[in-house]
Amino acid sequence: MSRTFVGMPDFPTAAAGATHDPQLRHNLREATHTIRDKRDSAVGELDDWAQLRAAGKAIKDRTLRHLDGYLEQLESAVTAAGGTVHWAADAEEANAIVTRLVRDTGEREVVKVKSMATQEIELNNALDQAGITAYETDLAELIVQLGDDLPSHILVPAIHRNRAEIREIFLRTMADWGVPAPENLSDQPAALAEAARVHLRRRFLDTKVAISGANFAVADTGTLVVLESEGNGRMCLTLPETLISVVGIEKIVPSWSDLEVFLQLLPRSSTGERMNPYTSTWTGPTDGDGPRNFHLVLLDNGRTNALADEVGRQALRCIRCSACLNICPVYERTGGHAYGSVYPGPIGAILNPQLHGTSDPVDASLPYASSLCGACYEVCPVAIDIPEVLVHLRERVVSEPGHAAEKATMGAAGWVLNDGRRLGLAQRAIGAARSMVPRHIPGPPSAWTDTRDLPDIPEKSFRQWWRKREKAQEDETTGARQPREDGAEGRQRSDRRGGERS
Amino acid sequence: MTGSRERILGRVRAALADVPRDERPDDVAVPRTYASAHGGDPVPTLVDRLEDYKASVHRVTAGGLAEAIAEAARRRSLARLVVPPDLPAEWTTATPATIVRDDGLTIDELDAVDGVVTGCAVAIAETGTIVLDTGTAQGRRAVSLIPDVHLCVVRADQVVNGVPETVAQLDPHRPLTWISGPSATSDIELDRVEGVHGPRILEVIIEEG
Ligand code: SF4
Repeated sequence: MSRTFVGMPDFPTAAAGATHDPQLRHNLREATHTIRDKRDSAVGELDDWAQLRAAGKAIKDRTLRHLDGYLEQLESAVTAAGGTVHWAADAEEANAIVTRLVRDTGEREVVKVKSMATQEIELNNALDQAGITAYETDLAELIVQLGDDLPSHILVPAIHRNRAEIREIFLRTMADWGVPAPENLSDQPAALAEAARVHLRRRFLDTKVAISGANFAVADTGTLVVLESEGNGRMCLTLPETLISVVGIEKIVPSWSDLEVFLQLLPRSSTGERMNPYTSTWTGPTDGDGPRNFHLVLLDNGRTNALADEVGRQALRCIRCSACLNICPVYERTGGHAYGSVYPGPIGAILNPQLHGTSDPVDASLPYASSLCGACYEVCPVAIDIPEVLVHLRERVVSEPGHAAEKATMGAAGWVLNDGRRLGLAQRAIGAARSMVPRHIPGPPSAWTDTRDLPDIPEKSFRQWWRKREKAQEDETTGARQPREDGAEGRQRSDRRGGERS
Repeated sequence: MTGSRERILGRVRAALADVPRDERPDDVAVPRTYASAHGGDPVPTLVDRLEDYKASVHRVTAGGLAEAIAEAARRRSLARLVVPPDLPAEWTTATPATIVRDDGLTIDELDAVDGVVTGCAVAIAETGTIVLDTGTAQGRRAVSLIPDVHLCVVRADQVVNGVPETVAQLDPHRPLTWISGPSATSDIELDRVEGVHGPRILEVIIEEG
């Protein structure tokens, strides 16, 4: 029922299409800038952000370096709490396990909490083939599902749709899936949300099986943690008789107390809120409260490939906050679909090629889908050095026999290259933000670094430049062409750094 | 599929060949230099944060609780209120609403009430979060989820400053629900809409002294 990413064009091709879609660019710009500003102020509130970030990074490094032990610990804690643990080496196996578990209940319908792991394995398709209908319950996922579409952002999967399109999708398709949309439906967000509430209400109250992911799995207690906003998560985690959670093996944190770090880092980085509206934690089933059966499916599906790469391993620290998407100038122009996977943006550019390998042209092109400006690293709450991994993966791509890297490279860099000024600025950014990045980029990109002098390290940092550029763009759109005076910009910048202090 | 456990663990171990064999998890230092809380006077901070989430907040003294609950029920025209079986009876003596005790109501019966009254386990001032752990006066999870209005009583001595204090105080073996404002979505053009699937209205009554 839902479309897949199979057969996607490679990044340069997809990006070229997307960058010419003015509506998409407008939506993305509005959305990413709004979340970005909220994030800045939420992060700026905590004067120990840098310490939290360092702790978050270290906890995840500890987990990854001893993942075998933590997996075994998690398994025994979940089992002791009355849950059942399953291990899935790849997507196919995970889908088979979940399908069998649903079949065992005798049910043909399941409700789903938004989960990237189940998107990654394309679980809905697998269930569909087995005659089981999976209903997405997160509003954005519902929009994507009803629109027979693909998610394009980690946090706001329907970011590429505007209210008029959403109204049209609801009117056209809701009746096929259950309760129809009211005929006089307006395109006001409150009316659209109400239509979704009515559409899903009965489904929540009646469905016997739910499928979720988890944001965290606590090894020492066997606790699973889900953060959400709408309450659809609470509905799915509480009302059905059977709960099946599909969780990547990297989602572990060693101990209960470690949550004190991540429950501060994640909401502020992600939605820019002090805390998301709802967080649910459960440790196995509870008598008389919530599902009677709990199954945890631990998913590898390429994660051990990433783990084996000493440089790339850090990508597994990711807590899927999406801050890197919202800051990324490439994502802002291309949107999530161009990345050809459920993991878009900078994190997708380093995660996908590691999970899948780089034999596929989409994955091979992703390490080039970046200007290496370093902004993603600065905002990442677990300090993943995305530019470092990108450069590392580029080396890997070009060293592979028969690679199509030349085309991939030049195409992906196209948006930078087709504007000489932009290129100069991007290169300056490399020099300023990332002194470790080699001045001569190895492999095919040398085609352009070779023919251009990399400028000296500029006085302004990338962030300063970027802020100023954005301001100028905003002024352009609002009609004011007043460049910010230095004092104001300096202040703004130090506010931001005050939050980061990294 | 029993082989997959060994296969995955084997792959994990092979992937970690660079980690010295004698390294223990604790050898990977975790700097815990972050603050346990971010200051502030807890109750006023909690009020401020809750209001930021569009929750209604009322501060009352011990004697004023029953009247505050009654007043909220009147204001929201709540005819039937569900309460956990162990909710103190004196909390609801002043309210004109019909009180329905949850002695294992069905989901549909819960769906047919107008609101719910609960206590809480802990409230976190700096994030405006109320935590329910299904303990005294809180009931099972479905009770605070299905009705459209949630009236939640927080005693001032249940308010802590920060997230670390909270995590330390909670028992992970209980199912926990952290609530920060009413149900909300920003999925449509990032316009915030309060109330999707969870209770659309959260009223918090803080009982002091
Ligand atoms: S890489 Fe970092 S910033 Fe990007 S989604 Fe993951 S945790 Fe967030």
